[in-house]
Amino acid sequence: MAAAFIISAIVAALATLRVITASRAVHALLYLVVSLLAVAVVFYTLGAPFAAALEALVYAGAIMVLFIFVVMMMNLGEPAARRERQWMAPRTWAGPAVLALALLAELLALLWRATGPASGGEVGPGAVGALLFGPYLLAVELASLLLLAALVTAHHLGRSAGKEPDR
Amino acid sequence: MSATASGLANAFGILVVLVGLGAGLTWIERRLLGLWQDRYGPNRVGPAGVLQVVADMVKILFKEDWVPPFADRAAFVLAPAIAMTALLLAFAVVPVAPGIGVTDLDGIGLPFALAMIALSVYSTVLAGWASNNKYSLLGGLRAAAQMLSYEVFLGLSVMGVVMQAGSFDLRAIVAAQRGLWYAAPQCVGFLLFLLAGMAGIHRLPFDLPEAESELVAGYHVEYSGMKFGMFFVGEYIGIVLVAALAVTLFLGGWLGPALPPLLWFLIKLAVLIGLVILMRAALPRPRYDQLMAFGWKAMLPLALLNLTATGAILLAGR
Repeated sequence: MAAAFIISAIVAALATLRVITASRAVHALLYLVVSLLAVAVVFYTLGAPFAAALEALVYAGAIMVLFIFVVMMMNLGEPAARRERQWMAPRTWAGPAVLALALLAELLALLWRATGPASGGEVGPGAVGALLFGPYLLAVELASLLLLAALVTAHHLGRSAGKEPDR
Repeated sequence: MSATASGLANAFGILVVLVGLGAGLTWIERRLLGLWQDRYGPNRVGPAGVLQVVADMVKILFKEDWVPPFADRAAFVLAPAIAMTALLLAFAVVPVAPGIGVTDLDGIGLPFALAMIALSVYSTVLAGWASNNKYSLLGGLRAAAQMLSYEVFLGLSVMGVVMQAGSFDLRAIVAAQRGLWYAAPQCVGFLLFLLAGMAGIHRLPFDLPEAESELVAGYHVEYSGMKFGMFFVGEYIGIVLVAALAVTLFLGGWLGPALPPLLWFLIKLAVLIGLVILMRAALPRPRYDQLMAFGWKAMLPLALLNLTATGAILLAGR
């Protein structure tokens, strides 16, 4: 289990790096899918099988499809990839990279001092549901309100053009 | 036999049977379509045409393995591989009979299978994008939109079963159907699942991503040889997967009187696969906007109503 955790964690980190460096949007999204799947395996090895399944089902299986759908619809060609490569010049990423490295060093130092896993044992679907509709009920309801607002907005933007006045 | 050895035998046995079934179905479907359309279908190679599968295989393997120069090579090669592997992986959690089946995955078999069906859409989407062809791109776009819409009901339609069985574990769901198959109390869920499953693996009447009449062949226009063959076999594996999941969730899995469990599972599977092929023979292809409107305006409310009613009845019966 520990080996599976380490391998999938490394895969997730490398894939995420490629998400940033890939010059074609679809390739970057594919790496993001790989990264999300690797994170799902990490969840599984940490004893959260239901969260792992949801990660694969919702993030990798649905939300990323939506992203790819949008990128495909815009059908960016070679010019977009060239522009993207220009943006990857060292002078663009050097500053943020140094700052991020400092944060990474801090994180590693803290992790080094931390002791053992925060939680043991397996969290099954029942426990997840009980938590969502118990202590976290307010957060769930707020999220559903947010989604409702998004739905209303989408309906407003996508309403039939036939009802608009002639231009 | 040790646990590891029997596990490996199980996994390889199921894999070989599945790929064989996928290939064999190409012949069975054409013969059945011929029967229902009052013609013969492939009946020349071998007894009753059984060896047509072998002839097709030889032909398809000896074709030139061609990647168009304008295609995005990596994604173009990756797409057919996803088409087969994602759906084959989902079979890991299907309990065929007591003692036959690869794993129960800590009791999250059902969400895992749904996730794999969801991931399989990348094959069509990537194939459509990587081909760098207008028809393919349109096919890929349709596949993405269709999958996103119908995945919602695919998940919602089985939640009634999960509520009744009280588990995501497919073996536990089969065991809970000892008295009565869930197809009876969950008849709405059963129909929704079959329709959404057909849409998920884009079978006719939901095969808009490859609609020959308008998109030539949709997402696989540029594919030939064994890469096309993998899409083709992947589609049949998808049919077997949806049928197997429907048998497990709604038709009592391997349960049944007198006959051995494995035989019961195969009989139910064969009936459902036949139904899927009959749907193709009987139904025309809808327009794309009709497909979307049907999904969101008819299937989503029905799935939600079914879910609410199941929850209410279960709560009242407590």
